[in-house]
Amino acid sequence: MKDEINAKVRALLGEAETVSVDALADDSDLYDAGLTSFATVQLMLALEDTFNIEFPESLLNRRTFSSIGTITSRVQELLMQKVV
Amino acid sequence: MDAQPSLLDELLRHGLLFDTGVDGLYGRAGIFEEVISGIETMVVRIGHVDRPEVIRFPPGMNRAHFEASGYLKSFPHLAGTVHCFCGDEAAHGSLLADLEKGRDWTGGQKASDIVITPAACYPLYPIVAKRGPLAAGGGLFDLSSYCFRHEPSTDPTRMQLFRMREYVRVGSPEQVVDFRSEWMERGKTLIDKLRLPYVVDVANDPFFGRGGKIIANSQRELGLKFELLIPVSSQANPTACLSFNYHQDHFGKLWGITQADGDVAHTGCVGFGLERLAIALFRHHGFDTTQWPAGVRAELGLT
Repeated sequence: MKDEINAKVRALLGEAETVSVDALADDSDLYDAGLTSFATVQLMLALEDTFNIEFPESLLNRRTFSSIGTITSRVQELLMQKVV
Repeated sequence: MDAQPSLLDELLRHGLLFDTGVDGLYGRAGIFEEVISGIETMVVRIGHVDRPEVIRFPPGMNRAHFEASGYLKSFPHLAGTVHCFCGDEAAHGSLLADLEKGRDWTGGQKASDIVITPAACYPLYPIVAKRGPLAAGGGLFDLSSYCFRHEPSTDPTRMQLFRMREYVRVGSPEQVVDFRSEWMERGKTLIDKLRLPYVVDVANDPFFGRGGKIIANSQRELGLKFELLIPVSSQANPTACLSFNYHQDHFGKLWGITQADGDVAHTGCVGFGLERLAIALFRHHGFDTTQWPAGVRAELGLT
């Protein structure tokens, strides 16, 4: 499941024109790689759409979207909560 | 303080503001304007040593520049656009008929090329960009404008049309950060002279929607915005009367403003909410300026 999420996150991130995804490791800092605040918002909305989840207010911060790894983990947690 | 009679009622009762029937839209009395002028004079007394370039804009800006500024991404809920009648005589007839019958007559209004200025510095950036690369020392501008934000409220410190005075610094990151630190100290000194209580705290702009929460949190985490807050309408929620903003390269990138060496310029500004400061003075020193402490009157040049 995690790999699938990771691949989708990378695909969505690739649509944010400021970041080139291929060169990024899962723990690379996305803000250092050029992710802007506005692109983060677009990414958040796209993730919610794709995975049919809603990020709670406590996760609407820079940390949540700081790397492909953190995004993947948060999305996975939200999907697990839905199942329960 | 919160339980006392409404501050707005008091300001109206003492003839300092005039009701127009719209929340957040008020006339100002002569003495209110004298206080505003006094505050501006104090600000200039501090700021003129840096020899800023003074530019004044009317309270409207080019709609194309407004659209390019990204304001609608962040604050669609606060924007005010100017719409006008552009129809023929038949359309005029319909308009009058709708008006007469109390129906909505605004449907045929068309957007003009003007948007009400949302912040004093918004019309500046395209002008700076058009001049080409900055000089080595960067740029410094003294701006003031009536600004519009659509947030009707009976809190007189949250007006829909209000004056914002700004100094805007354009240059290297170091130049902008130094400018902001300097003005945070100068701002505190100014408010000390006015004998008002305050705190300075990290802040965020009211970005729209859930997505806006990310931007707002990010702004706070990075310490991009500080406010000097004075208890005015409420002790618990003090009012931001000055703000100290570091935009990083946001406007530089957006408008293509470059430093002398070709790097993208950074920008920052200090903003003074003039009506808020005036109302803070009336709140703390009383509604009759002749009774204000002599030192405060002298600073403001009230005779």
